[in-house]
Amino acid sequence: MGQVEVQALRGVSFQLHRGEFLVLLGASGSGKSTMLNIVGGLDIPTSGRVFFEDWELSRASDDELTEYRRRHVGFIFQFYNLIPSLTALENVALVTDIAPEPMAPKDALDLVGLSERSHHFPSQLSGGEQQRVAIARAIAKRPNVLLCDEPTGALDYKTGVQVLEVLDRINRELGASTVVITHNAPVAHMADRVIHLADGVITSDEANRARVLPQDLKW
Amino acid sequence: MVIPPLWRKLVRDLRELRGQVITIALVVACGISSYITMQSAYDSLVFSRDRYYEQFRFADAFSTITRAPRPLLQHLQNVPGVIQVDPRIVEQVLVPMPDSPRPASGTIIGRDVTRHADLLNEVYIKTGRDLDPMRTDEVLVLSAFAEAHHLGPGSKLKTVINGTERQLVMAGTALSPEYIMALAPGDLSYDPAQVPVLWMNERALASAFSLDGGFNSAVYRLQEDVSLVRVLAEIDRILEPYGSLGSVAREKQSSHYMLQGELSQLKMMAGFVPYLFLFVAALLVNVVLSRLVQLQRGQIATLKALGYSDRSIGFYYLRMVSIIVLLGAAVGVVLGSWMGRGMTNMYTSQWFRFPQPEYRLRVDAALFSIGISIGSAAFGAWWAVRQVISLPPAEAMRPPAPAIYRRSLLERLALWNLISPVVRMIGREISRKPLRLLLSALGISLATGLLVVARSMWDAMDYLMDVQFHAAMREDLTVAFTEPVDPAAANQLAHLPGVQRAEGLRNVPVRLTLGHNYRDSVLVGYPEGGQLRRLIDVDGHTHSPPTQGLLLSSVFQNVLQVKVGDVVQIKLRQGDFRTVHVPVSGFVEDAFGLSGYMMLPALNRLMRDRGATDTAVLAVDEDQLDEVQARLKELPHVAKVSSPHDFRRQFDEQSAAAMGLFTMIMTVFSSVIAIGVVYNNARVSLSQRTRDLASLRVLGFSKREISTILFGEQAVQVALAIPLGLVIGYYMAVGMMSGVDPEAYRFPIRVSTRTYLYAVLVTVVSAIVSALILRGKIKRLDLIAVLKTRE
Repeated sequence: MGQVEVQALRGVSFQLHRGEFLVLLGASGSGKSTMLNIVGGLDIPTSGRVFFEDWELSRASDDELTEYRRRHVGFIFQFYNLIPSLTALENVALVTDIAPEPMAPKDALDLVGLSERSHHFPSQLSGGEQQRVAIARAIAKRPNVLLCDEPTGALDYKTGVQVLEVLDRINRELGASTVVITHNAPVAHMADRVIHLADGVITSDEANRARVLPQDLKW
Repeated sequence: MVIPPLWRKLVRDLRELRGQVITIALVVACGISSYITMQSAYDSLVFSRDRYYEQFRFADAFSTITRAPRPLLQHLQNVPGVIQVDPRIVEQVLVPMPDSPRPASGTIIGRDVTRHADLLNEVYIKTGRDLDPMRTDEVLVLSAFAEAHHLGPGSKLKTVINGTERQLVMAGTALSPEYIMALAPGDLSYDPAQVPVLWMNERALASAFSLDGGFNSAVYRLQEDVSLVRVLAEIDRILEPYGSLGSVAREKQSSHYMLQGELSQLKMMAGFVPYLFLFVAALLVNVVLSRLVQLQRGQIATLKALGYSDRSIGFYYLRMVSIIVLLGAAVGVVLGSWMGRGMTNMYTSQWFRFPQPEYRLRVDAALFSIGISIGSAAFGAWWAVRQVISLPPAEAMRPPAPAIYRRSLLERLALWNLISPVVRMIGREISRKPLRLLLSALGISLATGLLVVARSMWDAMDYLMDVQFHAAMREDLTVAFTEPVDPAAANQLAHLPGVQRAEGLRNVPVRLTLGHNYRDSVLVGYPEGGQLRRLIDVDGHTHSPPTQGLLLSSVFQNVLQVKVGDVVQIKLRQGDFRTVHVPVSGFVEDAFGLSGYMMLPALNRLMRDRGATDTAVLAVDEDQLDEVQARLKELPHVAKVSSPHDFRRQFDEQSAAAMGLFTMIMTVFSSVIAIGVVYNNARVSLSQRTRDLASLRVLGFSKREISTILFGEQAVQVALAIPLGLVIGYYMAVGMMSGVDPEAYRFPIRVSTRTYLYAVLVTVVSAIVSALILRGKIKRLDLIAVLKTRE
């Protein structure tokens, strides 16, 4: 069997503004994950250029990318990816330990409303609670960019809305540029801007006139 | 041909696991090759020996007498159980060699060339020809001695026979079953250049020692089912009036005894070391398979759902294990037979001389070791697979329940809060699977232990040599007389220029009897006020020989069942050959042989003579050592002059070569174990925690930090394993030493700090090497896949 080259993204160009809440919408295979990976410093495009402020990420070494993720990026995964052997508080502390100017782990848990569960292990928390711990872990380093990959993908509606509320509040209070990728179209209404991706190409890039509160979203 | 899908899966699984397959196969290879090396060397030596003994009619028993008349032979022949008696003349000979400062002291044996068809202890002519019956100046020379001095047929040999210098001609070089290893009496290390054995026409030798019509040695062939004790007792009774020094069975004959000692050590090692490797291999198979089976839970469930039986799935993993073991076995058999051949060659070229040494690798021994390996590995595999095939398919298809962690009691301590989350991860991971941690630590500790054992034998020898040659024998030169001389003769040596002090010692051969038990022994008389020889036990404490009664080697407590205060019967084998009774005043834990110790005046009283000296010990001015030696060589009655310092040096050289090789092999093997265990464990943790570790990488942890988490756990294992390994090593050394015949040597268990350090160092380096091998895997961690996958 021969190798077939698959182009995940073609001729994509966009800017993420400071403090902006951006939603990337697209079906699976549309290239939205690839875009998130590139923005998050997990991957490098084969051609084209990527900048974080004046820093060209597309030419950064592996160590530089690690440094970028460590200082500036907060990740929230679809399946939370908490460390099972660490408590909620410790999962947050894991990141504050290596970040330059972090908030106190306890404060981060306060922000997501979980301070009373801080000594529980992941296996003792519900899915929504786990995702909120993951959010606390992501924001505790005071990131410039908060990247969320299908943050509600594994959650039911009610819990999903709670998680989105936390993301919305964090974005407003901390001013971190937030990118949420999802194939759940209604989520787009809570964003400042929405980008549609299909087959590796941006099909639309529109600003919302107003951000809808998460509790008013329906799907 | 269609390859069944399960076989394809097997090949791919093996390829996927190649790192682990290789490390496990190597551990198996070490086990099998060490077994085959030792077992085949053992079998080869036994085979070569037995064939040699049979073809050259090695005697079953030996008698030494002062002189007996030929007609006595008929009486000996009539002893029930005796099939054949050969009378011989065996005497001492001095061979001054131009390339050696001291004359070599050895044995000359009369040879009746006319009747070698049925002669016991027949010689094998290696080069040249047999003696010419008509010539009285020809000799055959033991080939080891001849080779050491580059002598061959036709070489002239200056000898001193019965005090007379004689020029002899070498007819040829020879081997004898009686001198497979020729060791000078009382010597501990083997220097063939110092041990001449000559064969001369019997008639010529008889006239040189005025033994015409008589003999002073007899060798016997005995019936197989006969009671040795009874036959020897009867023979001794007949020979008693002729100055019998006692008869011994083959078991106590010096060459046979040395060979036997080496053989039993080989056998013991073959029954011990390899099993250690196989145990570790089984452990590794278990660790790797249980992980693989966990990872393949879903696949196993699918196979079961498709209708594959538990048995066929079980066999699948058994096949996998068997392939790994067989890979290891192939390497092990090839390597083992190569090393076994090398070891056999080393024995037969340096120490044990056989006419036709032959390497033998027994097929059943090879199959046995492979069978044991497969068996132990299959056991490890069964343990792992059992858990999965017992699950119903539906349950096995679901991922295992998320790992549950709890805060341990330890964590409630205030100190815990100071520890970083990374260290807590390590701590919790360890406390969650303590059994696995302990087993892995045990595996590594066996490697550490092996290293300790390998070097502890060296340490014991070294210590013993220190005690013996620095503390006990403080003389510069040891002079052995051809026969006991007047004590004045020893004292006169003090007047030689350069000699600062001379002391005489007396050794009297005896047989000690208590009840039914007896042993041949030597009574050693220490001079009063002597400074050059001290009696030192294996712990380095000095003992003073008693003025009343007898101080015995403590081994006697076991062999004679004797206690302090018991009166032992002593049959003297010198002087008037009386039997006397002496109370035992104490025991000393000496290092070699079976001896009794007394002060010289007490021994002289026992002998009822004016005293005699057979050994003189001298303190010599260092600058004049060579001159003194040269002078001593000229003196009558001097059989041998030796120097403890030379001996020590020579011993060190010999043992350094042998032990160096042994230690190197053990080091390689132990490293293989340590690497095998550490690598496999880290590899297992890596694949079990790929998701966690990759998540951390995404969160901004560097590769170095990830490695710290992964190797932290391994480091704890190694840290736990090392002290355990040192303790295990110590007790394995104790176990090994207990296999040494206590009547020959008492090895003190001395493990030097250097040995411990060495074991620690090799273990740590091996662990680091396996970490380095795994670093590549961490570099290739797929960060993106982690975002998408669910456990």
